[in-house]
Amino acid sequence: MLETDWIWGFVGGLMIGTAGALYLLVNGRIMGASGILGGLVDGSGMRTWAERLAFLLGCALMPLPLIPIYREVDTHVTTNIAVLIAAGLMVGIGTRLANGCTSGHGVCGMSRLSMRGIVSTVFYILAGGLTVVVFRHMLGVI
Amino acid sequence: MRRAMFAALSGALFGAGLFVSGMTDTKKVQGWLDVFGDWDPTLAFVMGGAMIPMALAWIVARGRRPVLGGDFPAPPRPEVGRDLIIGSSLFGAGWGLAGLCPGPAVASLGYGGWGHWLFFAAMVAGMWAAVPLMIRLRAPA
Repeated sequence: MLETDWIWGFVGGLMIGTAGALYLLVNGRIMGASGILGGLVDGSGMRTWAERLAFLLGCALMPLPLIPIYREVDTHVTTNIAVLIAAGLMVGIGTRLANGCTSGHGVCGMSRLSMRGIVSTVFYILAGGLTVVVFRHMLGVI
Repeated sequence: MRRAMFAALSGALFGAGLFVSGMTDTKKVQGWLDVFGDWDPTLAFVMGGAMIPMALAWIVARGRRPVLGGDFPAPPRPEVGRDLIIGSSLFGAGWGLAGLCPGPAVASLGYGGWGHWLFFAAMVAGMWAAVPLMIRLRAPA
């Protein structure tokens, strides 16, 4: 880790939290990425489709103009097709079943001391840690 | 229209924050989860930074209404059910496997390359399949 990484992490975190605060105070909604996208995918959020689509477009497009002023853009993503598909399916099904992900349960839930948010975060971190141990250190897949 | 405008603004800030914090870099995310390897503490700073404005927002929201009308989300439900535990664990395993969760998966589409699009497509397929899957799992045999 570079020494400045934690500063960028903290600054980025403040931006993420401010985005969540804005979405809550102005739009009256919880900023959960899996919920915003999932509601469009399964049709349950069609009544608010414009708001959802606008959020997702802003999220996908805003990093692009920042690329030239930032140090590194390599995301080090795996090239293993089976891993990408399996991981994507698990994240998609899991976040809908749990009704939230790192932004919804993690940032928005834990910051209001929601028991569901805290429990969810504990379980996805434990499962993520265990997966990295097994697939990196034992199987050498990732 | 104003709702969509502020949603786009919030999404843009969210995407920029994810990018700046390094959370779209799968190496940093997996590095944070990898407590037995070369541990990378960045994600803890991101989470900590994000909690501050968000916790303040929940306090400000008390006794008020959203600026654009409507109501704030209902208070958090207390019950922790099977779905929450199984779903979170399944999500966490996928998160560890690829180093991507839904927010960064969206934010990185413009620069991450084909791997991010494949992950995104699989994630959308999973979200689409989740509801019929849940109904089937709950149906009596």
